[in-house]
Amino acid sequence: MVHNKKILASLVAGASMLATQAFAGELVINTDTSDPAPKAVFEAVIKGFEAENPDVSVTWNLFDHEGYKTSIRNFLTADAPDVANWYAGNRMLPYVNAGLFEPVDDVWAEHGLNDSLGSAAASMTIDGKKWGVPYTYYQWGVYYRKDIFAKNGIAVPTNWAEFKAAGETLKAAGVTPVTIGTKYLWTAAGVFDYLNLRTNGYDFHMALTKGEVSWTDPRVKATMNNWKELVDAGFFLENHAAYSWQDALAPMVQGDAAMYVMGNFAVAPLREAGLTDEQLGFFQFPVINPDVALAEEAPTDTIHIPANAKNKADAKRFLAYVARADVQTEMNAGLGQLPINKGSSVADDKFLQAGYNMLSNTEGGIAQFFDRDAPAEMAKAGMEGFQEFMVKPERLDKILQRLEKVRARVYN
Amino acid sequence: MRDFWRSHQQQLAPWLFLLPGVLMFLIYVIIPIFQSMNISFYAWDGLGAKEYVGMANYVELMDDEAFYISLKNNLIWLLLYMLAIPAGLFVALFLNQNVYGIRIYKSLFFFPFVISQVVVGLVFAWFYDPSNGLFNIVLGWFGIDPVAILADEDLVTYGIIAAGLWPQTAYCMILYLTGLNAVDGEQIEAARLDNARGLKLLWYVILPQLRPATFIAIVVTVIGALRSFDLVSIMTGGGPWGSSRVLAFYMYEQAFSEYGFRMGYGAAIAVVLFAIMMLYIAAFLYKMYRDEGGR
Repeated sequence: MVHNKKILASLVAGASMLATQAFAGELVINTDTSDPAPKAVFEAVIKGFEAENPDVSVTWNLFDHEGYKTSIRNFLTADAPDVANWYAGNRMLPYVNAGLFEPVDDVWAEHGLNDSLGSAAASMTIDGKKWGVPYTYYQWGVYYRKDIFAKNGIAVPTNWAEFKAAGETLKAAGVTPVTIGTKYLWTAAGVFDYLNLRTNGYDFHMALTKGEVSWTDPRVKATMNNWKELVDAGFFLENHAAYSWQDALAPMVQGDAAMYVMGNFAVAPLREAGLTDEQLGFFQFPVINPDVALAEEAPTDTIHIPANAKNKADAKRFLAYVARADVQTEMNAGLGQLPINKGSSVADDKFLQAGYNMLSNTEGGIAQFFDRDAPAEMAKAGMEGFQEFMVKPERLDKILQRLEKVRARVYN
Repeated sequence: MRDFWRSHQQQLAPWLFLLPGVLMFLIYVIIPIFQSMNISFYAWDGLGAKEYVGMANYVELMDDEAFYISLKNNLIWLLLYMLAIPAGLFVALFLNQNVYGIRIYKSLFFFPFVISQVVVGLVFAWFYDPSNGLFNIVLGWFGIDPVAILADEDLVTYGIIAAGLWPQTAYCMILYLTGLNAVDGEQIEAARLDNARGLKLLWYVILPQLRPATFIAIVVTVIGALRSFDLVSIMTGGGPWGSSRVLAFYMYEQAFSEYGFRMGYGAAIAVVLFAIMMLYIAAFLYKMYRDEGGR
């Protein structure tokens, strides 16, 4: 559809001898939103943008979600679109450093985004400049089977002792306390992030992912020892290294497992698999060290203007459009996620409302995610270490030493 | 000019015919090899400026646990992948008969080689699945607890090789089947007259005639083992914690994967892999040269 429009537009323009202007109004957008819901959302956003800006015709290139992670490097250098989506935090650092993203401070200033998108300003800032516009984020936490908890008389755990006790009760009832599939590694990083945020707090976690703290530091060991308690007690799904995160949903749906440390995107497949809102609940990851302020994990997705874009003027209009409160309300209702703009309203969904309340009251800070906060190489080595640790906890010292070696190299 | 062409036509013609192929080979194979070698001396993320680091990538490689795991796995692959040759020969001998519908059986046996390696990987990943996989259901019949082959650092490589042997056996089988067509019936008859049968007949009369097929089978199997990438990528992604990596996959991981983009380091791994292949190819070329020279 979008494509046809473009052809039509250029035909009309060509006929009226205004070809140059028509090309100035052509906006190329690349996105990785290949899953059904995000795809529909972007379709709607582009339509809405075109309706409000009839002088701009959009060409939309839709990439496969996983393939995008490698193709973005090629198209940013070789054949840059005018707009591309990506992630906040350290994940955009390589492109910022290579000069492939355009700073968009003017868009932020002109449209008052420093106020309306203020909560995500820090994660969009590198070297004092803003490099894109965030449009969505989602909470992480513990998703659990309310009915199984009720059947075994377990209340929602709020601290470490209660959490462990809940797990023991579940195990006695023949239920695996926590399901997880670590085949693709990142799920283990979610658990690590929360354990570290709760044990040592946000500032330490950020210092660690920034490479300022040694992996053999006793505070890291404290985090890992807390994790070891859970591993040794058999809290996690058996053979988790053989499963993807989707595979690990099955035991939870079947009632063989009761909890899942996950992002809010897990709700949709769990509902599709037949769990009702009466069966499925969400709670904040319990307190471990009462002295640290509660920090949460909430990855932010963003859109950027490549430095080599041809039509930066219209690209900035598109960014401003996506930053708008009403547009973000609409988008996130479709995505099942949370809008960044503080003027937006959160969809009427119990998990989104719970996440919104939790994140609005977060005092400790909001982390992006291990593989977005830490540089790619460190993230890869770290997540591999976490997976190994979850199966072979006795190798802890060896794993931490290996990570320390990687740290020494990655951050120089 | 015309005279030159006339007098040298004989010498020039073969080169002219070779030229397009040689050009392609230079552009797409030979030059990239040297480019990779060059890149392996740099630290480069594929985007920014290259920084010359000399031998640093190789020094790091020597101290990289993951590299040694990959190397070890490559050796296991090389060794066990060779099983495809006797297995292929066995199947070929079995199918080399004239009964009704043998062509269907032949094509069924050849089938695994025709389907994509990605599909083979997926099928075997499901086969090994610890909760629903056929493998563990069968183990269950004998009262054995499920084994998560693809999540066990000691078993995972063998599990993937087993998956790889399935299509590779079919490949060797087809090579031997064509070889068997060319086996001289008179020689077999003569051997029969001399009272040779069974294994002796196979070993002294048939196998020597299959030598060209064996040669090709070894070459493709060794190369197949060294470039074993798709199965590792599909079935485990190198996991658990990197214990099923092979050099080709490690190279890809370092250079192109989501968390990689260390082009220099990836190129260094490629150079090492190339050196290993070169050793083997040189040895084989030498043997071929000697054999042909002796004829």
